[in-house]
Amino acid sequence: MPVWQVIYEELRDQGLEIIAVAFDTAGRAAVEPKIRATDIAERPAMLAGLMGWDDTLWARQAPPTYPCLIDETHLVAELYGMTNVPQAVWIDEQGRIVRPPESAGTIDMVRHLNRETLELPDAAIAEGAEARNAYIAALRDWVRHGVDSRYALPAAEVKRRLRGPGEAEVRAATHVKLGRHFYANGALVQAKRHFDEAVTLCPDSWNYRRQSMMLDPENVGQLNAGPDFWAAVDALGDEPYYPPADLAPVR
Amino acid sequence: MTTILYDDRVSAVDARADGAHLWLEPDALERATGWKLEPQGLCRGDACVQARAEWRDDAGRVDLAAFAAHLGQPMIADDDAVAFGASVNALREDLLSTIAPDFTLPDLDGNLHSLSDYRGKKVFLYSWGSY
Repeated sequence: MPVWQVIYEELRDQGLEIIAVAFDTAGRAAVEPKIRATDIAERPAMLAGLMGWDDTLWARQAPPTYPCLIDETHLVAELYGMTNVPQAVWIDEQGRIVRPPESAGTIDMVRHLNRETLELPDAAIAEGAEARNAYIAALRDWVRHGVDSRYALPAAEVKRRLRGPGEAEVRAATHVKLGRHFYANGALVQAKRHFDEAVTLCPDSWNYRRQSMMLDPENVGQLNAGPDFWAAVDALGDEPYYPPADLAPVR
Repeated sequence: MTTILYDDRVSAVDARADGAHLWLEPDALERATGWKLEPQGLCRGDACVQARAEWRDDAGRVDLAAFAAHLGQPMIADDDAVAFGASVNALREDLLSTIAPDFTLPDLDGNLHSLSDYRGKKVFLYSWGSY
């Protein structure tokens, strides 16, 4: 988030707007500390490696001046079929999707993380930074060349990559709406039950799963590195936690 | 009172649950869902749906459960709250048109922003979570 501010400052005069949406049922309490300057200075360097930011970008991070929206019911995840964070969608001047939801430059770094020391091997850090920089370069290319950018996908390809929702997705989203209602009214047990129903209906949704694990007020705003999170990651087997964005040109 | 969650509306209304039915007075229905009972049917914006006889009771109330089912919207009830979801077909059509679905959400200061406010610019829509 605060590193995207660097990209924003570079590209906004060329017509790029960034809109950040936080899928956070606890709302402002969960997200505000992560956006405020005082907390940015205290962000652990480990995060830079994990997210693939190189030292230059990390050093320049600043509180976002682009809109940072709060989505307590995970509405945008439902509308776009987003299953994990961070994912991004590229939308052109006419409001058309030119890149559907995909990992926003992150690769499967959690798999390389030492779960006790929270350290990453150097090779993994280098690989992560390379993927991140390739993604940022693609974004720059699109901002510069628009529809002629090789990274702006044709409508047919966008359609092919989009995950249209099924009955399970809309039911899960309805449970999340109820879960958020009970959360807002202090009925934590009921809230959690509905998030867990959503996870059962959509086991591929890391957003629902991660939210459900961190719903307890004492966990609000914390990054989950607990045993339940790692057990869920391990249960993926060979499946990626962050499938890398497919930046290959499409003809 | 029953709390109805419909689209992004949250309303407390008088509603009578009766088996699979959920009966609301027409004005409560409009407040909770935006759907208004008109001579030509249930209308909202440009859309009108012809009201079926079985959606009305003798007291003139409307069965929101039956109407939502007709629209393909899931309904989940728990305690005194009833949530309605999106119609899967409508959501699919919206997304697969490849026009980015619009939404309106608050920022940290409570100011509302809609995606459509940013037409004419390239938008990098970035999702994240504190967890």
